[in-house]
Amino acid sequence: MSEQEYVPKSKAGKWFNDRLPLLSLASHLTDYPTPKNLNYWWTFGGILTFCLLTQIITGIVLAMHYVAHADLAFASVEHIMRDVNYGWLIRYIHSNGASMFFLAVYIHIFRSLFYGSYKSPREIIWILGLMIYLLMMAAAFMGYVLPWGQMSFWGATVITNLFSAIPLVGDSITTWLWGAYSVDNPTLTRFFSLHYLIPFLILGLVVLHIWALHVPGNNNPVGIDIKKPSKDTVPFHPYITIKDTFALLLFMIIFAGFVFFAPNVLGHSDNYIQANPMVTPAHIVPEWYLLPFYAILRSVPDKLGGVILMFGAIFILFVLPWLDTSKVRSAVFRPIYRQFFWILILDVLVLGYVGAMPAEGIYLVLARVGTVYYFLHFLVILPVVGYLEKTEPVPLSISEPVLSGSADYSIAKKDNEKI
Amino acid sequence: MDKSEKKTTTRRDFLFTTSYTVGAVGLGAVIWPLIDQMNPDKAQKALATTEVDISQIEPGKSITVLWRGKPVFLKRRTQEEILEARSVSLKDLPHPEKDEERVKSGKDEWLVMLGVCTHLGCVPLSNKGDYKGWFCPCHGSHYDLSGRIRKGPAPKNMEIPKYEFVDANTIKIG
Repeated sequence: MSEQEYVPKSKAGKWFNDRLPLLSLASHLTDYPTPKNLNYWWTFGGILTFCLLTQIITGIVLAMHYVAHADLAFASVEHIMRDVNYGWLIRYIHSNGASMFFLAVYIHIFRSLFYGSYKSPREIIWILGLMIYLLMMAAAFMGYVLPWGQMSFWGATVITNLFSAIPLVGDSITTWLWGAYSVDNPTLTRFFSLHYLIPFLILGLVVLHIWALHVPGNNNPVGIDIKKPSKDTVPFHPYITIKDTFALLLFMIIFAGFVFFAPNVLGHSDNYIQANPMVTPAHIVPEWYLLPFYAILRSVPDKLGGVILMFGAIFILFVLPWLDTSKVRSAVFRPIYRQFFWILILDVLVLGYVGAMPAEGIYLVLARVGTVYYFLHFLVILPVVGYLEKTEPVPLSISEPVLSGSADYSIAKKDNEKI
Repeated sequence: MDKSEKKTTTRRDFLFTTSYTVGAVGLGAVIWPLIDQMNPDKAQKALATTEVDISQIEPGKSITVLWRGKPVFLKRRTQEEILEARSVSLKDLPHPEKDEERVKSGKDEWLVMLGVCTHLGCVPLSNKGDYKGWFCPCHGSHYDLSGRIRKGPAPKNMEIPKYEFVDANTIKIG
């Protein structure tokens, strides 16, 4: 790697860098050779970093005003909304920020699925990413409990009861998670403690995620290995920083749109009713980003079976790099896989839709079909398509498709020489 | 090193093994309090009993009280309801239990049970569902007049807590 030869120009810089090579790290990050054909689907890593920092900053501020106690939590959230200066803004950024975070992470994950970014040699990046995703779900779930509204309480009850499906020790585990004989004040206080902890665990995993990324370098839309640095790469700064910033600005417009014009559209009105252990709301649904898994849970008529399939739907992704047998990374050159990719997206959207609907009639049928297809995709379709599919010719370098697409070869050639 | 030297247990091997063992025990001794602190504390356990006055409940009516953070249904059943609950064949039950086993003998009209669906812990609605008992709105479990699961994803009948009649008008739960 080039940063090893990096020597700071100033004497003081050299003195410092010899003792703690932070300047070498900064040099590595700015010069980091990036494929020159990265499209806007690659900007979501930066967007996700922004989301994490937004959640941490607004979360720290909210914790200054929030009271984690079953009798006071609900009122303290209303206090934030009504009395605290700009409290409404900070809370709406935090609550909608969670949704934006998941929106970005789903695009990021499906980008990886389309362009085969999870494949060798990037398996560890993929697995670290999934661990981040799992922690995100845990953080989001616990955060949703903190306002102590009806959905908070009953969502917490339903999700913690999932563990009671475990044979023999299930009930002891559930009681241990609660710290009581039902979801109660001890549950709230521990959820608050863990909700504060998890973002920093995520931050640590993000560092590892990026570190692992910087070993092989970025995948790219044509999915081929490239020499670094070469005419196929551009330095991260300013090329990628400016592209990421532009994408982030567009993303922030959507984010601000929710915060200022529809701050409650992604939530449930039931959560503006204080938690009541005597009454269950008529229709309990999780937040939108967990709906596909909820649909899988409900599609199985057996309690333990439903829980196993729901967790299985996530854990199957951990072995994805070894289930996909195709040597070609990018779906651009995989005509059959490409179609199954879009069917999978449709399948997940259908599961998300039926997850929000009552578990009966046609919705239950759709949920079952969707669940079967989800597992079929990963366990059967991916391995088989990898063997049978006739892939299209893969270019030898990124420059090749760019040049052959150009009408005037001489211009392209001149351009090429400049680089 | 010759062979005989290799086989003998040295002082250093002994020190390694004992150090690891003591270290593992010590680590366990430190971790256990950190885990066990999350179990219900003394204040939670202190709420273990609740006394309920049942003198005001008319036949066919029920009340709900909170016990250890969970709702408990106390239903005073009519004779018809008791007969209907007892006319069910055990073969039709996913979790076979006789109605007689779910009430105190001589106090057959009183059904005292945790108002918690055995699926994922929601509170079922009374006088709803296909079996005139309870219906859980969360994932559609139907319970009969004895609180037994009849249809839906719940695996078990609603739980009967430990309770006793202190006198004719008072039930002590827990």
